[in-house]
Amino acid sequence: MYRIHILMAMDSHTIAQGSREVKEALIRDLALAGISDEVKIVETGSLGISNKGVVLVVFPDDVYYVNVTTNDIPDIISEHLIKGRIVERLHYKKAAVGKGGEKKDERLGKQVRVVLKNAGIIDPQSIEEYIAEDGYEALGHAVTEMTPEQVREEVKKSGLQGRGGAFFPAGIKWDFAAGTEADQKYIICNADEGEPGTFKDRLILEGDPHSIIEGMALAGYAVGATKGYVYIRGEYRMSIEHVQIAIDSARENGLLGQGIFASDFDFDLEIREGAGAYICGEETALIESIEGRRGEPRDKPPFPPAEGLWGKPTVVNNVETLANIPQIILKGAKWYRNFGTEKSPGTKVFTMVGNINNPGLIEVPMGITLREIIYNIGGGIPNGKGFLLAQMGGTTGGILIEEHLDLPMTVETLRGIGAGLGSGALLVVDDSQCPVDLVKNFVEFFNHESCGKCTLCREGTGRLHELLSRLTSGRGEEKDIELVQVLSATMMRGAFCGLGQAAPVPILGCLRYFKDVFIRHASEHVCAANKCEMEAVAETIAA
Amino acid sequence: MPEITIIDEIVENYNDVKTPLIYILKDVQKEFGYLSDNVLTRVAKKTKIPLSDIYGVATFYSLFTTKEKGKYIIRCCNNAPCHVNGSKEVLDKTKEYLGIDFGETTKDKIFTLEFTSCLGICAVAPVMMVNDDVYGNLTPEKAVAILKDYKLKGTSNV
Repeated sequence: MYRIHILMAMDSHTIAQGSREVKEALIRDLALAGISDEVKIVETGSLGISNKGVVLVVFPDDVYYVNVTTNDIPDIISEHLIKGRIVERLHYKKAAVGKGGEKKDERLGKQVRVVLKNAGIIDPQSIEEYIAEDGYEALGHAVTEMTPEQVREEVKKSGLQGRGGAFFPAGIKWDFAAGTEADQKYIICNADEGEPGTFKDRLILEGDPHSIIEGMALAGYAVGATKGYVYIRGEYRMSIEHVQIAIDSARENGLLGQGIFASDFDFDLEIREGAGAYICGEETALIESIEGRRGEPRDKPPFPPAEGLWGKPTVVNNVETLANIPQIILKGAKWYRNFGTEKSPGTKVFTMVGNINNPGLIEVPMGITLREIIYNIGGGIPNGKGFLLAQMGGTTGGILIEEHLDLPMTVETLRGIGAGLGSGALLVVDDSQCPVDLVKNFVEFFNHESCGKCTLCREGTGRLHELLSRLTSGRGEEKDIELVQVLSATMMRGAFCGLGQAAPVPILGCLRYFKDVFIRHASEHVCAANKCEMEAVAETIAA
Repeated sequence: MPEITIIDEIVENYNDVKTPLIYILKDVQKEFGYLSDNVLTRVAKKTKIPLSDIYGVATFYSLFTTKEKGKYIIRCCNNAPCHVNGSKEVLDKTKEYLGIDFGETTKDKIFTLEFTSCLGICAVAPVMMVNDDVYGNLTPEKAVAILKDYKLKGTSNV
């Protein structure tokens, strides 16, 4: 028995800030203090605090320490672990987030944890800890007591929509695949997360990999698939490692393989690594990549549930979508609908990035307002600056301004203003930034990531880049703005896939709300924010 | 071991995997540092996939390279979340310190400078990656200090 448990967040953010070194110092100093056998160190996923250096929690006291360095370890040991006094200078006043919607602490605002219920609480490399939190109970219940139709019915009733960004009803997608006759069907987990500002999937894969495996097995049972692939970005080394450990231990425990829970259901999984291509997040490009080719999107229809991987019916679901499934099967569609709104049920994981005091990962019910996210949970904008704009859903996301701060964040309300929830990345931009410079940055990204298959996207992103470079360097003219508009509208209508169709969304959004700023760049060659390197700008500002 | 034998062995390792080309190229690149014409020709012969298709794949994905690179590959992010947190100053200073532009390798073959798409650690933006190690909350000064350490490591091992 251990007297104290120390949970250490070992995710990509904290490792980049030295958590491995701190852990080594902790092990060493605990031994020096002679209390190694009283304290257990548990590595876990993100604790939801991402920019405060190394984070650890001391249990059972539930005390969070942030910005911990190797030099602080002796104090934590002698003061807290031995004398029971909290080290105030490192203390972060935040309580653990309640599971299943029970709030423990008002300071957390509206955060609830369904998808992230285990992340940062269990050791992601331990199947025992996942099982102790009701893990694999949903799978056991489904394969022994439910028919595949009943599983699909429950998911349909829950109203769960695909969390990859398209928000297509998950249960209906499953129905399509279930209704196609074939000797082999596949489940693919789309973990090719590459949308700038998005790291929700990464932290689920790193912090709770078994929830994905269980979700995929349930999907397999529901549609009649016996084989699954987890397609993970090649850059996500830690995610690949954790998912592989989880697959191996699930197999050893008979939770993957032949005759799961002594039923006649067989299901097995394999990881496929990406090799660096944003476009592979598009489901048919992803399938092309697994088939060993360039990741270029396919013509649709046929859609993957009819004809997907190696020509067989295939369901492609996002990581977050799959992480919801075990909860829905275990607790029921009705419970799931306690969260969110009628048309957008459930919770949504957002990543808050950009000019915000508390960047990081949050899970909130659908329908929360932008103001609550930015000012209550996100802690507002740093350095006393004002709010210029927010971009919801990644670099292809729509632009939101001051007047949208009180709009409930749901699929339907955002659609109404030409935006969307997308990947859930929320980029907050303060008023010291320049919208024209920002649009140039977006366009650079699209130009780099366009796969080159269709002319409109390949050439269109290139020409947009030229036009924006002119506007941001003092060589622009007013007719360039018009060209940007016409080209954007043409790409939206004519590009082959979602990349080219969505790329113009933030461009047109910025043009709609900041037209005057664009005009000043074009006609007066002035960047008031002083972000664009214009030859004439220095004198104008001085004057 | 001769080049051909190594490539053949890598291909044979994946006999049981359906459509393993990307895995084969990853392993081959790990072995030889980059995917030269000779190497790709052998992969084509052994896998019976047309060389043009293999070249298409090798040049499509950003983790593959058909050119020789430096000992340390620096991948800088300039996507929007890093951009609004001052990545441009970091990029400019890094270029100045190394004396090369993006896509280039230093003369001593120690560094190659590249852009990367979002690495998903935006809460500590701006960020960069040197080989497999990730660095966050960068300032121009911090970036240069990190690269100086690598330079010392890189030259002392040669």
